[in-house]
Amino acid sequence: MSERLIGILLESFPKMLLPGLTMTIPLTAISFSLALVIAVIAAMIQVAKVPVLKQLVRFYIWVIRGTPLLVQLYVIFFGLPNLGIILEPFPTAVLVFSVNEGAYCAETVRAAIESVPQGQMEAGACVGMSWLQTMWHVVLPQAFRTAFPSLSNSLISLLKDTSLAANITVMEMFMVTQRIASRYYEHLALYIEVALVYLLFCTVLTKLQAVCEKKLATYGF
Amino acid sequence: MLTVTNVKKQFDGTEILKGVSLSVNKGDVIAIIGQSGGGKTTLLRCMNFLETADSGTMEFDGETFDLAHISKKEIARIRAKTAFVFQNYNLFRNKTALQNVTLGLTAARRMPKAEAEKIGRAALEKVGLGDKWASYPNALSGGQQQRVAIARALATDPEIIYFDEPTSALDPELTGEVLSVMRDLAEEGMTMLVVTHELGFARNVSSKVIFIENGAVVEEGPSAQVFENPRQERTSAFLRSILQHEKE
Repeated sequence: MSERLIGILLESFPKMLLPGLTMTIPLTAISFSLALVIAVIAAMIQVAKVPVLKQLVRFYIWVIRGTPLLVQLYVIFFGLPNLGIILEPFPTAVLVFSVNEGAYCAETVRAAIESVPQGQMEAGACVGMSWLQTMWHVVLPQAFRTAFPSLSNSLISLLKDTSLAANITVMEMFMVTQRIASRYYEHLALYIEVALVYLLFCTVLTKLQAVCEKKLATYGF
Repeated sequence: MLTVTNVKKQFDGTEILKGVSLSVNKGDVIAIIGQSGGGKTTLLRCMNFLETADSGTMEFDGETFDLAHISKKEIARIRAKTAFVFQNYNLFRNKTALQNVTLGLTAARRMPKAEAEKIGRAALEKVGLGDKWASYPNALSGGQQQRVAIARALATDPEIIYFDEPTSALDPELTGEVLSVMRDLAEEGMTMLVVTHELGFARNVSSKVIFIENGAVVEEGPSAQVFENPRQERTSAFLRSILQHEKE
C-alpha cells in the first residue's frame, strides 16, 4: 500500500466517523424508536382485533413490506413535491425509515405477544386489571423479551439501510464517503474503509444485544 | 350471596353445560366434583366471565346479571369482589412473588405502593412464603407457585374465591401444602367454590358437595351426606371408581 493511500485513509477516517456519529446514529436511533412505537400499537390493534383499524394495519404492513425501501424514499422525497409537499431530507429519511421498519417490527411484536400464554391475560383479568393494564404490566414485558433478538436484527439492518438516505441528499456516512472517493479516485480502499466503520458500529450493537439479553434472562421463563 | 341459574354453554355444537344452577352462601366451602370433561371447569370459567355463557343468570350481592349479555363494566364490578385460582397457577412470569400479589392492588385498584406491599407481604406470610417475596415464579416449586397464587387471590380481599382444580398440576407430594392453606382459609370462614379431584378435601373440608356429570348437576348436598349416603346411583358409582383408583 502506497504512503499516499495510507495518508488518504487516515485522513478520511475522522471525516467518515463524524457523519457516522452525527447523522447515521441519530437517524438510526430516532427512526428505530418511532418504529417501535408504531410496531407496538400496530401489534396491539391486531391482537385486540379492533375492527377497521385491524384491516388498516394489515393494509399498511402489506404495502410497506411489498415495496422497496429505496422506492419509498424516492416517492416521498422526489414524488411528493409534485403535489406541492416538500420535505427536508433528514425528516424524510426519519419518516420513511420509521414507517418502513415499523411494519416489520409490528409482525415481530405481534408474534411475540401471541407467544405469551393466554393464562397471563386471564390472570390479569381475574385480579381486576383491564386488558390494557394487563398488556402493559404483564404481556408486553414478556413479549419484549421474546421479540428482543429479532428486534436487534431489525436495528442492525436499519443502521446499514440508513446508507440509502444518501440517495435523497442526507449527508450521512456513505454519502460523505462517496464524495471523498470521487475526489481521490480511491474507490476500492475508501468503500472498504466505510464498510469497516459500519462493521464497527454493528459490532458495538451486537455486544450491546448480548449484554441486554443477559439482563432480560433474570426472569428465567 | 351468589346464585347462578340455568347456565348453558356449548363449544362447536357440543353442549358442555346443560343448564346448571347453584347457590353459594357466605362462608360456604363448596366442592364441585365429577369426571374430567363433565363441565366443572367451564362452569367456573363462565362464572368469572373467562368464557361467555350462552345463557343463564347470576345474582350477586343483590344484583341480577344476564350471563350472556353482561357489560364490561358489570364484569369489572363483579371481578373486583371475586378471585380466581387457576390449575396451572398463571403467575405473572415477569413479576416477583410480591409483585404478583400487589399488581391487582396497585394497577387495578390504584392503591399506593407502600400500602399494597404491606398487604402483599401479609398475604405471603399467610401462605407460608413470607421469605420468598423476591423470587420470580420460575424459581418456585409448583406448590409454592400455587400458594403465591392463593396469596394473590387473598390480597384483593374477595368475597369469594374460585379454585379451578388447584392441585391437579402438582406432584402428589406437593398437594398437601396447598390443601392445608385452603383448609386454613375454610376454617377462617372464607367463601370458596372449589372444582377438585381431591375427594379428601371435598369430604373433610367442604361443607357442601356438588356432583356434576355431562354438564348437569346430578346430586348436591352436605358433604357427609353425599359421601356416606349418596342418593343417586351415578354418584356412588363415581365415588366408588375414584376411591378404588386411589387404593390402587
